[in-house]
Amino acid sequence: MSKIKSNRLKDNAFKYFGIFCTFIGLVMLAIFIGNILIEGLGRIDYDFLTNLPSRKAAKAGILTAWTGTAWILGLTAIIAIPLGVAAGVYLEEYGKKNRLASIVEINIANLAGVPSIIYGLLGLEIFVRILNFGGSLLAGAFTLALLILPIIIVATREALKAVPDSLRQASYGMGATKWQTIQYQILPAASGGILTGIILALSRAIGETAPLIVIGALAYVPFVAKTPMDEFTVLPMQIFNWVSRPQHEFVINAAAGIIILLLITFILNGIAVYLRNKWQKKVNW
Amino acid sequence: MNKQLNTIIAVLLAIFTLASCGGESSKSGGSESGDQLTGAIRIDGSSTVYPITEAVAEEFRAVQPKVKVTVGVSGTGGGFKKFSRGETDINDASRPIKEKEVKVCEENSIKYVELTIAYDGLAVLINKENDWVDHFTVEELKKIWEPSAQGTVTKWSQIRPEWPDEEFSLYGPGVASGTYDYFTEAIVGESGASRGDYTASEDDNVLVQGISGDKNSIGFFGLAYYEENKDKLKLIGVDNGTGAVIPTLETVKEGTYAPLSRPVFIYVNDKASARPEVDTFVKFYIENAADLVQDVGYIPLPEAEYQNQLNKFKDFSKPQQ
Repeated sequence: MSKIKSNRLKDNAFKYFGIFCTFIGLVMLAIFIGNILIEGLGRIDYDFLTNLPSRKAAKAGILTAWTGTAWILGLTAIIAIPLGVAAGVYLEEYGKKNRLASIVEINIANLAGVPSIIYGLLGLEIFVRILNFGGSLLAGAFTLALLILPIIIVATREALKAVPDSLRQASYGMGATKWQTIQYQILPAASGGILTGIILALSRAIGETAPLIVIGALAYVPFVAKTPMDEFTVLPMQIFNWVSRPQHEFVINAAAGIIILLLITFILNGIAVYLRNKWQKKVNW
Repeated sequence: MNKQLNTIIAVLLAIFTLASCGGESSKSGGSESGDQLTGAIRIDGSSTVYPITEAVAEEFRAVQPKVKVTVGVSGTGGGFKKFSRGETDINDASRPIKEKEVKVCEENSIKYVELTIAYDGLAVLINKENDWVDHFTVEELKKIWEPSAQGTVTKWSQIRPEWPDEEFSLYGPGVASGTYDYFTEAIVGESGASRGDYTASEDDNVLVQGISGDKNSIGFFGLAYYEENKDKLKLIGVDNGTGAVIPTLETVKEGTYAPLSRPVFIYVNDKASARPEVDTFVKFYIENAADLVQDVGYIPLPEAEYQNQLNKFKDFSKPQQ
């Protein structure tokens, strides 16, 4: 009898411990977001989004920062999505399951865990110096594309794995070639998962500062980039720069910048959730 | 299903294509007719000097809107790495160039000129009601702030026996700030090394409030902030072995307030200074530094010294023209 009691007690104890652990994270996040909103929300207006950086906190805006982030995001997507999805499709559908494949697999998993600053150094040497892109948007986008490639590849493979084999066999049974099967059956069926992975990878990319500092993202850029070869700054750089200023007005600016950055991330994540739900409902196998 | 996928891909592609449109590619180098210059000036380097250069770049834009001035914050050392490869035109530096960096510049046949543009000073402050501290020696400050002092050096009497047997409390900028790096380097001897049990804030107003509300407080921050809060705090002189010196515009300018003041520099590449936009920018920099430097919280050089720097730059850039 007492054994049962003590087991129940343990059960309850663990439950409350679990609740406590869950709430630590949530409370921290709530405090952080609340603090940011209180500090920065009043600072956001049209001028803040359309002004150039300035030494006067009240006049300073994030035009070049958010347009830089948009550029980087677009270019990174253009570079990383085809490469990542194609690599994932090859590894999952075409690649033979041999020793080489497992080595490649382990390496891709490892690459996903490499600190971002290392990608920055790689990008500095290859894209900035050897390929001579300079500290341009293109160099930044290629570097971030490398950074998120492993995530996209892994997500693509997971999504493809989730497509039941019966679908493939049915397609082959109808006389379809491998590519036809992938193009008309497998990819559409897996696209929800793939898109989710891509968007999550991109939301990681927009928060990255370290690799971009290394390749030479700037702090003061008074013009909106017009070509991929232009120099750039991004939102996290601008936030970092403002936070390190002693005047309190700049810290408020930073809070406002963080809200904009969070907003972009939330929107991207929202799209990911939406797509996933949509595809899950549509696909019936 | 396939249709929807195609639609989404099409929409994504459309967004990216739109984003990458925009025509009119940027021109670099060369002057245009009249006063309007074009081109790009690439500046990188110290984050301490960054606010000054940013202010100058901002004002320069009002005069020469077509010159694209960009400023990075790779740090003095990181900036020199790029500067010595000829990747940047101007380097912001919070210390003079090092022997090693000079060598790399020579190897890449990069000639440059060093221009002093401002002073950066730190103030050590206590509460107004504190009547026992007349000055600190560098040794005493080190004793208070070094990492090993954490938890062991906590009372005034431990610093100087005749001071009260009461605990002091410490206030200073956060560890991410350049001011903190500079203070620890000048006092403790190693950048970024200090005790952790002090009240840190990136907001100097918090420090001002903390120090002014606590009789046993000691704090430090940029001299410019003291100037704005003279009535609330007591400024303390620092003795580096040659007598206590109170930081003022004069003692900082003369360099007698050591080690808590330092000059900050810009380095200009010779090939860059031959370009009219860089030439104009650097002259504009020196001519407007006095006002802008104070604007962002640093201490300007004496008027005559700016004239010297201007002449130094003119001499440097002359042979190339």
